[in-house]
Amino acid sequence: MSIEIDHVNKHFRDFIAVDNVSLTFREGELTALLGPSGSGKTTLLRIIAGLEQPDTGRIRFHGEDTTDLHVSQRGVGFVFQHYALFKHMSVFQNVAYGLTVRPRRTRPSKAEIRRKVMELLELVQLDWTAHRYPHQLSGGQRQRIALARALAVEPKVLLLDEPFGALDAKVRAELRRWLRRLHDEIHVTSVFVTHDQEEALEVSDRVVVMNKGRVEQDGSPEEVYDHPANPFVYQFLGNVNLFHARVHDGVAKIGDVTLPAPEFEGYQNAPGQAYVRPHEIEVFADRDHDGALHAKVELVSVVGPMVRLELRTDNSEALVHAELPKHRFRALGLQQGGDAWIRPIHSRVFLPDSRVANG
Amino acid sequence: MTTSTTVLETQDTLAKRWRRATEEPAWLRLTLIGTALTFLALFLVLPLSVVLYGAFEQGLGVWYAAIRDPDAMAAIRLTLLIVAIVVPLNTLFGIAAAWAIAKFEFRGKPLLISLIDMPFAISPVVVGLIFVILFGSQGWLGPWLSSHDLRIIFAVPGIVIVIAFGTLPFIARELIPLMQQQGKEEEEASLTLGASGWKTFWHVTLPNIKWGLIYGIILCNARAMGEFGAVAVVSGRIRGETNTMPLHIEVLYNEYMFTAAFAVSSLLTGLALVTIAIKSLVEWHDERRQRLAVL
Amino acid sequence: MSIALPRRRVIPGFGLTMGFTLLYLGLVFLIPVGAFLLYTTTMSWETFWNAVTQRQVVASYKLSFGGSLIAATINLVFGALVAWVLVRYRFPGKRLVDALVDLPFALPTAVAGIALVTLYASSGWVGQYLELFGIRVAYTQLGVIVALTYIGLPFVVRTVQPVLEDLEAEWEEASASLGADRLTTVRRVILPALLPALLTGYALAFARALGEYGSVVFISGNLPFRTEITPLLIVAKAEQYDYHGAAAIGTVMLLAAFLMLLVINGLQWWTSRRHG
Repeated sequence: MSIEIDHVNKHFRDFIAVDNVSLTFREGELTALLGPSGSGKTTLLRIIAGLEQPDTGRIRFHGEDTTDLHVSQRGVGFVFQHYALFKHMSVFQNVAYGLTVRPRRTRPSKAEIRRKVMELLELVQLDWTAHRYPHQLSGGQRQRIALARALAVEPKVLLLDEPFGALDAKVRAELRRWLRRLHDEIHVTSVFVTHDQEEALEVSDRVVVMNKGRVEQDGSPEEVYDHPANPFVYQFLGNVNLFHARVHDGVAKIGDVTLPAPEFEGYQNAPGQAYVRPHEIEVFADRDHDGALHAKVELVSVVGPMVRLELRTDNSEALVHAELPKHRFRALGLQQGGDAWIRPIHSRVFLPDSRVANG
Repeated sequence: MTTSTTVLETQDTLAKRWRRATEEPAWLRLTLIGTALTFLALFLVLPLSVVLYGAFEQGLGVWYAAIRDPDAMAAIRLTLLIVAIVVPLNTLFGIAAAWAIAKFEFRGKPLLISLIDMPFAISPVVVGLIFVILFGSQGWLGPWLSSHDLRIIFAVPGIVIVIAFGTLPFIARELIPLMQQQGKEEEEASLTLGASGWKTFWHVTLPNIKWGLIYGIILCNARAMGEFGAVAVVSGRIRGETNTMPLHIEVLYNEYMFTAAFAVSSLLTGLALVTIAIKSLVEWHDERRQRLAVL
Repeated sequence: MSIALPRRRVIPGFGLTMGFTLLYLGLVFLIPVGAFLLYTTTMSWETFWNAVTQRQVVASYKLSFGGSLIAATINLVFGALVAWVLVRYRFPGKRLVDALVDLPFALPTAVAGIALVTLYASSGWVGQYLELFGIRVAYTQLGVIVALTYIGLPFVVRTVQPVLEDLEAEWEEASASLGADRLTTVRRVILPALLPALLTGYALAFARALGEYGSVVFISGNLPFRTEITPLLIVAKAEQYDYHGAAAIGTVMLLAAFLMLLVINGLQWWTSRRHG
């Protein structure tokens, strides 16, 4: 079932949470709503669910207008950030809840409910917890039960609010791979909210980046990461270095380094800003490389298999961050406090009026 | 020789004297505990003991006879009738007020909470007076009421309404913070799963506030049965008719029937003890739940 | 912006619960109190002023306000002590003692009244020993203070206790590590943190004592000009059908109660801001 968001606005007092957003989530896709806190992503999710009312705009499920349909009639599965499991009910009762509260006419038989609940508990690999209570489970287990409970009502769409937000790093990584596999199995249209770009890029079919209530970019994870639409998206998806650049006849110049910028064919000496990711900076131990800038190595930090360098170039106030594999760092023989030469190998230039170019 | 023993002593006392940064020396601790317990013994334990002693000093038979006295029985029946009306009404009010305040945002919420607290601050005597002036024979509606042969003051309806006024806040005050603290995520979860509002309240909200509600009801009940000042003003103290238990106690005491006064008092004292026992139980239950929630 | 949709709330029942809340509050509380205040305004200013400034009435204010102030102060000191002991120390029977603190709140005031007068009468368990020192409690102003202290006892304890429980040990440890002795830490770190709660409890105890009737009438003896509290005068006037007199004094008490509530709300706002 596809979800269509049509010019939706929502404000709280004088805070604009969702600012004229239009989006379509295609059938069977797993989409991440990615953005910093306060970007309106959770509000948008709650509007889709019917937990908030939009000020203006419509929500359609598969073409059918659901804007005025009450949340209990809307047929969405919603997984809350803090799970919202019913504390006084066992795991079994929690998962069965959506079926047992149906009116008698449409309520399945006891045996049918039982079969369905156990099936779901097996799906989330927690059938052995049926008679436990939420407080006896770990955070990751609670999250999976919350998911099973949402799936029990056979929702048309599945909505997850920061589903892994309250978990520690290791459980998070496991659970998101598990969610990906689960989604491939059940294939229900799903939207999840996250502020973690790694999570969004790893799990989803599609990423919608939001900021200040607006959609900044909407595309596949590769598109969003490799071709950020604007400086905000670039900075939000990972670390970045900023260089002053000049765009001239289809090339961008950063110091003596020239990088192609074919989008800016025809521009004459336009000042812009070049964004370069730390792993897109080449580091050398000697000066024999075209256009490489001299820099001092101010700090070396080894993070697992990678080495992060903080460098200061001669003509720059700002620090340059570079990242390289440990073996490469060893081969170069760089020292903290020593000299190095750096050269960007790839950049993305934004002009002040936000026209874009790849380099 | 002398030097070495001194050193030993110092080490010894050091070991004994080590104490946590947040602790007082033992002597001070014991003095504080002793003072506090003496104060509480004087003000809490002694009055409690004197009631129970006074009630049972002449044996169970006398106690029982005092309870079975027709006037005493009439007072007990009237008191029970009144709480059977007042407590359910205040329970409904408490639940409704807590639901509206805890689950929704609206303007004037702090004002509403203050209004609900207000009857608690008003002297019971003034509460009684308010209704005497409204409904009394010399009061505003008095002539109209007597011409229609209706009695409110010096009759049961007056007692019911002053007690409802006086005990209005108790259940609401218990439930409002409880429901505010629990938020509305569980209710929202229930609604997304297709449950109706009533089913959500019944299956999700009510089990979560059960203990607080029970304590609120018990406290409201105890305060309703024990309400004295307001009832004293509106009841007219008609024996066997408009005397509630506390008023009956006053009558007995003023007629120097101390044993009987304490016998009836012992019933209300028992109720008070049950009330504070249930409060402890609820608190113990909450603590356990909080501990479990942390795990 | 286009026209907003009609307000609709996701969780149901707002209209029903709010409606019932306001209806009940209105019928039981707001309308009667409003009508009462309206009744007072039908009096001429002179009648009102004469009623509230009679010598006997003024004497009762002195006792009611003064006695409540003293009782609340006693409760401030001992309530803080009891809260401290209950939160910080372990001793056998602590749970029981903790539970008993609520007794004055749950015990009917008439029962408390006859229990206190029986204890403090010159033949009573406590009174007979006090008599040896020439101290009389029953039927004196001292008796009024004892009764008011009794009924105000839970308030300071119960407002201070949770704040004390939430007080981070780290503050005290920091203070001690910076060289402060225990008394200085209590004075400079703990007391300021407890101040809003202490004052709230004090105000609650005072407000409760001001309107108290049941527990006082038995022990006070109700001697005009000496041991007559203001609520007692209201009852006496109402019983003599002096509705104007009673309503005038009742209005003074009602306004005092509203004022106290305002103070208490302000203090609670202060407390929550401190601990928010």
